[in-house]
Amino acid sequence: MASLDIKGVQKSFGATRVLHGIDLAIADGEMVVIVGASGCGKSTLLRIVAGLETPTSGQVMIDGLDVTPLEPADRDIAMVFQTYALYPHMTVFDNMAYGLKIRGLPKAEIRQRVQEAAELLSIGQLLERKPRQLSGGQRQRVAMGRAIVRHPKLFLFDEPLSNLDAKLRVQMRAEIRRLQKRLAVTSLFVTHDQVEAMTLGDRLVVMHEGRAAQVGTPMEVWSKPADTYVASFIGSPAMNFLPATLVDGGAAARLSGGTVWRFTDGARPGGEGRPVTIGIRPEHLQQVGADGLALTVELAEPLGSETVLHGRLADGTALTARVPGVAGQEGVALAPEPGALHVFDAETGRRIDPGH
Amino acid sequence: MPTATIDVEALAAASRRRKARERFLTHLALILGIAVFALPIWITIVGSTHDTDTIGRGDVPLLPGTEAIHNYTTAWFQGGGGRNTFAVPASTMLWNSLIMAILIAVGKIAISLLSAFAVVFFSFPLRMVFFWMIFITLMLPVEVRIIPTFQVMTDLGLIDTMTGLTLPLIASATATLLFRQFFLTIPDEYVEAAKVDGAGPLRFFKDVVLPLSTTNIAALFVILFIYGWNQYLWPLLMVSNRDLETVIVGLTKMIGIGDTQNEWNLIMTTAVFALLPPVAVVVLMQRWFIKGLTETEK
Amino acid sequence: MRKKVIFRGVALPYLLLVPQLAVTIVFFFWPAGMAVWQSTLRQDAFGLRTEFVAFENFLDLFGDALYLNAAWNTVIFSSSVAALALGAALFLAVQADKHIRGAGLYKTLLIWPYAVAPALAAVLWLFIFHPSIGLVGRAFGAIGIDWDYRVNGGQAMTMVVIAAAWKQVSYNFIFFLAGLQSIPTSVLEAAAIDGARPFRRFWTVIFPLLSPTAFFLLVVNLVYAFFDTFGVIHALTRGGPGNATETLIYKVYVDGVQNLNFGSSAAQSVILMVIVIALTAIQFRFIERRVHY
Repeated sequence: MASLDIKGVQKSFGATRVLHGIDLAIADGEMVVIVGASGCGKSTLLRIVAGLETPTSGQVMIDGLDVTPLEPADRDIAMVFQTYALYPHMTVFDNMAYGLKIRGLPKAEIRQRVQEAAELLSIGQLLERKPRQLSGGQRQRVAMGRAIVRHPKLFLFDEPLSNLDAKLRVQMRAEIRRLQKRLAVTSLFVTHDQVEAMTLGDRLVVMHEGRAAQVGTPMEVWSKPADTYVASFIGSPAMNFLPATLVDGGAAARLSGGTVWRFTDGARPGGEGRPVTIGIRPEHLQQVGADGLALTVELAEPLGSETVLHGRLADGTALTARVPGVAGQEGVALAPEPGALHVFDAETGRRIDPGH
Repeated sequence: MPTATIDVEALAAASRRRKARERFLTHLALILGIAVFALPIWITIVGSTHDTDTIGRGDVPLLPGTEAIHNYTTAWFQGGGGRNTFAVPASTMLWNSLIMAILIAVGKIAISLLSAFAVVFFSFPLRMVFFWMIFITLMLPVEVRIIPTFQVMTDLGLIDTMTGLTLPLIASATATLLFRQFFLTIPDEYVEAAKVDGAGPLRFFKDVVLPLSTTNIAALFVILFIYGWNQYLWPLLMVSNRDLETVIVGLTKMIGIGDTQNEWNLIMTTAVFALLPPVAVVVLMQRWFIKGLTETEK
Repeated sequence: MRKKVIFRGVALPYLLLVPQLAVTIVFFFWPAGMAVWQSTLRQDAFGLRTEFVAFENFLDLFGDALYLNAAWNTVIFSSSVAALALGAALFLAVQADKHIRGAGLYKTLLIWPYAVAPALAAVLWLFIFHPSIGLVGRAFGAIGIDWDYRVNGGQAMTMVVIAAAWKQVSYNFIFFLAGLQSIPTSVLEAAAIDGARPFRRFWTVIFPLLSPTAFFLLVVNLVYAFFDTFGVIHALTRGGPGNATETLIYKVYVDGVQNLNFGSSAAQSVILMVIVIALTAIQFRFIERRVHY
């Protein structure tokens, strides 16, 4: 058990820079999820922590020790791979015992640790099988078991659930969270799936083009996205963005169609006429009377308890709304829930919070 | 934690040393390996640029000499050899080897394509019997049945002919198996489409199967060309007429038993000639070569 | 395995098969049959009378010191060639598989000897080991080793082994390298994270995963050493000195072509056929098993 500090880590492959200086501090026992689209550098960051890649600059510290020059073997970490990476020629038992044998643990202790881990993961009856005789979910458990028996300082997960079918993924997700809490091992989990990120992490790192776009708890990231990228990445269906300008001394925004929405949480700085982007989540739009924003519905997706409406505003801007019950009309009038508006700078995409 | 800090530095230094040492040893091992592979060739090439006496004296030269043009023209136009054999020009031997290698490679590919096509795309009585008949020839390399095959050739009057040299070698179980394997991966829809379009089997073979097989054919050609070029025992048995001598057999015939009379410079020159075509094929067509090699053995 | 959709017609497929079958029957089955038949016959010294002797040729062989000597030579020769060629190739493939500068060039420089004919390989090594003109041969002489492979049987065997193995290393190298590259990187990374250093990683993970390739190559190398190395021996030692480098395949040639002892030569051919069939059968059984990895 340990803390992990990532300090100014940069990585270039030839002329391509994939990480632009990442800083991250993970407390003992915390589970941090790195989420981002493919190619954002999240796996590279994980591999640098594991010691499988060397950073171009920056440091990785485990428990305050700079481990950057150390090989994976000397870092006392365990990793669960996307492909599980089980040793195909070894039995499940030997797969899990391998790291312990290398460390020269007594046979009895190895047996005991493997048994414990196997019980924890309910794979006790599979110990004599070879990986090829296992199902995907079972292999996943063995890979987890191989990490658990080591009692490492750090768990690293590299998209471990992406090769499972949807149902199993949800089940394993819950199980990983339960195990991590129970064992209280500091963990770094990489995924491209925002639902996985939201449900698993104590905190999230949303990565975008080699930078940490935002670090925060799932609710922080969801309710106060740092920029339009994070805002669009977290949440489903994705947040709507509407071009607007600040009016009324920054206390309201006039959408390009002319509708004015007032901010209930305070005025934004920048003054009259500042171009902004207004973000509103589909579930935060309500059906109102005739004075709302008129949406021409192009597609209504009934989900049972609610309906997702895809349509266009009068000026052609696309908009998605999630409304309760059945709504399949040709047109609806919409208004935002109070306090649900996000304001971003039109140029930089950075979040603008109410000024003092 | 001061003790732990020292620990980390020591570990880091150890791993740096280990990596540096490993990288050095890797390069060293590969360079040594390459040197062992290249040494005989280098000695041969160098030898081919000196005169007979220099080599015969035993002053093993390590650097090229001045006799290259003389040696290469002599070997090419007149040939050389031990006292008891008539000289055969290297040009003649190389030509014979080239023809033999091409005939064997093309012949093997042609008859294997046809038979694999028949076995895969048709259903007819005794299909599997024929397939196994071809398959079992894997187990009968020419070396184990030389004498009886030689007698068959005598009966057929094929001794000392290019036909006799090549025809028995063109039956090929491996090529047939490879094409069969590949044809089985051609989707059924192609055959159905051909039937719908009214194309007959031969047209399908020409318009679909052949174009799809070009990579496999190229890969196989590289392997079979080398196989043909490197034939030894069969030409040794079959050919007594020296106009039909192939270069590998001709080369070893140049080396007499009493060594001092050997024209070592011309032997080495001929060795270079014999070496060049197949090595060039492997190096220039490396991609197909590796594909051909790894796939014929599956 | 076969296709579901096929063409109709009976005459055409037979026609397509005729060339392959004709060559196969005339040059494979007929001679093979003749070999079996001849192996049961014996000619008198003048070639005037031939009589049926059933298995006597075989029985004579097993009682013939020269034949047993050839068999023993074959065992020594084949196992040495296979061990040397496999060991060197595995070592080089492991080195070339590492991520180092110039890996591609190294690879090209290591595979070309495949193209060299066995007999030619023998001639090239003769230039190295010849006692009077060879680099190493003379060096041995200079430091007082009594080196002459034309007189010393052990030295002759060493030389044919080196020449035959040298040529086969490239082939094994290509297959070992392909085998190494088919091991998933993540498995090796998992081993690194589990704490295995390169040496241990090789013996506990890489080598076991490579063993199917190694076994396949062992069979191929034995077949090569049995049959394809005729040229090496013929070019270098002609089976000598004495009979020190006479292998089974070389003896078939000597008895059939030089001694014109057809009955015995045919019996030897039949024995060789049995050996190839056994080796091929082993290889195919193993390919079926290999699928599991």
